[in-house]
This record gives sequence, structure tokens and C-alpha cells, in this order.
Amino acid sequence: MSEDLQKEIASLKQKKTGQMYLTWLRFKRNRLSVVGLSFVLLVIFIAIFAPLLTPYEPYDTNPFRRLESPSREHLLGTDELGRDLLTRLLYGSRIALQVGILIVLFEGFIGISFGLLAGYFGGWIDEIIMRLVDVLRSFPVIILAMAIAGIMGQGLFNVVLAIGLVGWTTYARMVRGKILSIKESDYVEAAFATGESTVSVILRYILPNVLPTAIIMVCIMMPTALIASATLSFLGVGVQPPLPCWGSIAAAGRDYITRAPWISTTAGIFIMFTVLGFNFIGDGLRDAFDPTSKRN
Amino acid sequence: MNSTLVEVRNLKKHFPSPAGPVKAVDGVNLKIEKGTSFGLVGESGCGKSTLIRVMLKLLEPTDGKVFFRGKDITGYGFRQMRPLRKEMAMVFQDPHLALNPRMTVFDIISRPLKIHGLARGKGELMVQVVETLKAMGLQTEHMIRFPHELSGGQKQRIGVARALVVEPEIIFLDEPTSALDVSVQTKILKLLDKARRERDLTFFFISHDINLIRVVADTMGVMYLGKIVETGPKEILLEDPHHPYTRGLFAAVPEPDPDKIITEIKLTGEVPSPVNPPDGCNFNPRCPYVQSRCREIEPELKELADGRSVACHLY
Repeated sequence: MSEDLQKEIASLKQKKTGQMYLTWLRFKRNRLSVVGLSFVLLVIFIAIFAPLLTPYEPYDTNPFRRLESPSREHLLGTDELGRDLLTRLLYGSRIALQVGILIVLFEGFIGISFGLLAGYFGGWIDEIIMRLVDVLRSFPVIILAMAIAGIMGQGLFNVVLAIGLVGWTTYARMVRGKILSIKESDYVEAAFATGESTVSVILRYILPNVLPTAIIMVCIMMPTALIASATLSFLGVGVQPPLPCWGSIAAAGRDYITRAPWISTTAGIFIMFTVLGFNFIGDGLRDAFDPTSKRN
Repeated sequence: MNSTLVEVRNLKKHFPSPAGPVKAVDGVNLKIEKGTSFGLVGESGCGKSTLIRVMLKLLEPTDGKVFFRGKDITGYGFRQMRPLRKEMAMVFQDPHLALNPRMTVFDIISRPLKIHGLARGKGELMVQVVETLKAMGLQTEHMIRFPHELSGGQKQRIGVARALVVEPEIIFLDEPTSALDVSVQTKILKLLDKARRERDLTFFFISHDINLIRVVADTMGVMYLGKIVETGPKEILLEDPHHPYTRGLFAAVPEPDPDKIITEIKLTGEVPSPVNPPDGCNFNPRCPYVQSRCREIEPELKELADGRSVACHLY
């Protein structure tokens, strides 16, 4: 019996397809999300290999070749200081990803933790956290971020702080709502009935059921974070020149929009493709993480 | 002859609501003898499910006491309850909701073993899970499945397996078949019955289905509006129900006999709200034999000579 059983178990292990693989299969079914994934992978590739993709440096100015239109030498032309625009945009992906990831990690961590606390423990903890969420959400994000930048000075980390300070509320609300429904579920009650501890219930029963929601949230919030940081840069309170940042490139190009329209438009296109990419991925993940979705 | 395994004394569970406390369980007294199968029937909303949850300490009672093997477990905290969780298992009503959708069947069944340290090493764990699965009529290969890949009947077998795997003393069953098809119901009931015989288990069954209780129970209880109105050996109760509510309830069971004339009491009216139950006997607004004292004095659950207890002024 025991030997047969071992053989049977060994063969089962081979047959068992990993959950990650199944998730990938479901993700792949959605064409648009694969397109989104390729956009994002392309941006990541550009960010890593930017120095190899262009012969120019993002900070090299050339006063004699300012605002040149696209040519064989400068594929997207040059900006107001004679820097190669394509180079600056390629390097800009580094800032964009850095800011985006930092913001999402920062607000995701705070939001998910607070949402978990509020949803699971309820009572006065829930009251305090949710009222704080209400207060923060009543501020216009950009104005608040400008105020923070005004107090703390400009720079990459202050952008992250400013946007994350309001951004976490979206996660907190979402996670709290999800947990409220999971907490009342029969399988959580069943877990307690078998003798599970509170910590174990949170880690084994609640978190695994919240996690997919959280990951989808991250992918959906990423574009918002990117746009917000680009907006701050555009307004001049975010990432500061001469750092190559899509938002500030678009802002700088605004002054020359009639003479050199390619500056603002190409920066905008880069932002658009990255944002679209993350949005498509988010949509695909929503279906992929639902183990019951059987859409072919 | 038998020893009392679980006893409940004057158990109350009131839920706060804007209109006042909802008296879901309101003074229940009940004894479950070791090795028996106790079946509790009552209409939806009479407090059966709440009673089970309070008995299992999943909800804190408002008042009253719960005894397990003669020990008062009412004030027990998590640590004190933990070893008892191995002895008192539960099977849930809806198998689709009672299993964690992110755990494999193996994880679901092996968790109780791990919690109570009942298996040494992964090999032993595996063997015990497989044996339990097979006893439930499932295959080894079901271990790697997720709940959504199983049918309702299979899920409920997993639910029963999770309860049985720790070899408990008593299993609380909260309408374990009401969410299943009739054909599957029979299979689950047979499995439960077999497990009970083989392992000398005690069952505490609740259901709104008298026919089900008739099959599975040897002791019956009838619950109405948060109270037990009549309890006793199944044969005695079925043969000659005393309490007017029990009689009405039994008479309401449809029988496949077109010529049968219903001569028994018909239940009329609505169940009063548990927020504001009537004074005296809970059943007095609907009782055909109502007397003036029924509206003032609450009848106690009295034991009669034939071994049953009934809460009615008529007896």
C-alpha cells in the first residue's frame, strides 16, 4: 500500500501544473494584455539598455544645433539646448519606472497594511483609518503634492511621498472591502473551528484571497502614479531638470510647440504607451487571477 | 448507560440590532449523550445555526454555559479551546463556501492534522490524507485539485474529510446536505453514517428537514424561536409528538399519499420576530390550545415519564 501510494504521489507531482503556469495560460488568452506586457517589457528593456541604444549622452548640450527637426543624425530632433531628444526620452524611461515602482510600492505597502487592519479588526481601528482615508481623499492630489513639494523641496523622493500620501487610500479601501467579505466567509469560520490561530487565518486564508486583488490594484494604480508624477514634473514641482523626465520634457517642449512640436508630442507618446501597457496588463491579470474564469 | 458529552445550560445569544437585541438563541438546555446522533429540527431563522456556533465557541454566548465532558468551557480562550477543537469538528451547510478557494484539497485536509500535531513528517501526513480521502470515496488524485475544480458533492466530501481527519469525538453538522442534489444527499448521508459506526462518533445534526432527521438521528430536538420546545428519543417523538408546535411541524411534512387527510394541527400565522418574542410561551399566538397562563408564564422544559422533555403547560 505504502509503496503504491508513493508511486501514485510521485506521478501526481508530475501531473500537477503549477498555479503560476495556469495563471499565465489564462493571461495569455487575452491578446490585449499580451500587447500591454510587451509595451512594458520594451520600456524596461529601454531603461536597462539606454546607453547602448543611443550614441549620445542625455546631458550633452549643443548650442549650435538647437530645436532641430528629426533627421538621420537625430532621429527625433533636438531640444531647446541641442540635446538629442530620443536619447533623453530613452533615459526618461528610467526615471518613469523608478518613480512609478517606488510610488506603487510605497502606497501599496501602506494601503494594504492599513486596509488589512481596518477590515480585519474593525471597531475603532477601522473608524480611525477610514476617517483618515476620507480626509486625505478630500484633498486634490496635485495641489497637495505641490504643497508638499513646496515644503520639503523638489525631487524624486518627495514626488513619491506626495503622491503616495494620497494614493494609499485607494488600496486601503479596496483591501478593506475585500477583507470584510472574506472575514465573514464560511471557510474562515471553518478555519477557526479547526483550531487555526488568528495569525494563521490572516496569513493562510485571508491574504492569499486578497493578494490577487492587490496585485491587480498595483497594475491599475501604476499608470495613475506615472501620470501624476509626469504632471508634477510638467508643473515644475516634480523631478527637476536636467534629469531626463518625460513630464518635464513635455513641459519644456510646450514653449516651442509651434517651432518644434515633436518635443512635447513624442514625450506624450512615451507616457501614453507605458500607461496603456500597464492598464492592459491590469485587465488581463484580473481574469488570469480568477481561477474560476473559464473564458476561452 | 450513556455519558453526557456536550451539555448546554440556559444558553443565550442575543445580537444587537437597532430595534433591540435579536434573541437568536434564548435559553436553550440540551444534552448530547456520547455515541448518539442528536438531530435538531426547526424552521429557518429559529436559531439552529447560531446555537451550533455558540456551542463550538465560534460565537461568545450572551449568557448560559457550555459543558464538554462535564467541564465548563464557556470562558475558555483560544489556547484552552485549541485541544478541544480536535474533539469537536464541524461540517458546514454550503460546500461551495466552506473551502478556501486558494488551498488545494491536500492543504485543506492536512491543516487540521498540522494544527494538532497529529502527523510526523510529510509522508505520514500524506498517508493520513489519502486514507481519509479514500474513506470519503475520493481518489488520491483529488489531493492536487482546487475546490473550484470539484462538484458540490465532492466538495462536501472534502468538508466531511476535514472534520473526520482529526478523529474527533463529536461532529456538528449544520445542514450538511441542504445545498446538494437529492441523489448526492443520500451518498453523503451514507458516508456519514458509515463513519459514525466505524469510529463510534457522536453527531449533532441540525436541519429544517424532518425527513432527514428521521433518518439520521436517534435523539430529536425541536427548536422554535430560540428555544427547545420538545426533545427526546426519536421513536417516541415521531410516534406521539406532544408539543403543539411539534405536532404542527410533523403534520406539515408532505407525504406521498393523495388520500391522506390532514387531521392534525395546521400551523397558521407567522413566526414572531426574535427581537420582540411574545410573553409567556413563545408559541402562544399560533397555538390552537392556548390558555390564559400560556400568555403569562413561560413553560419550563419538563421531563416526562417516557423519557422526553416538553416545554408546554398542557403536560
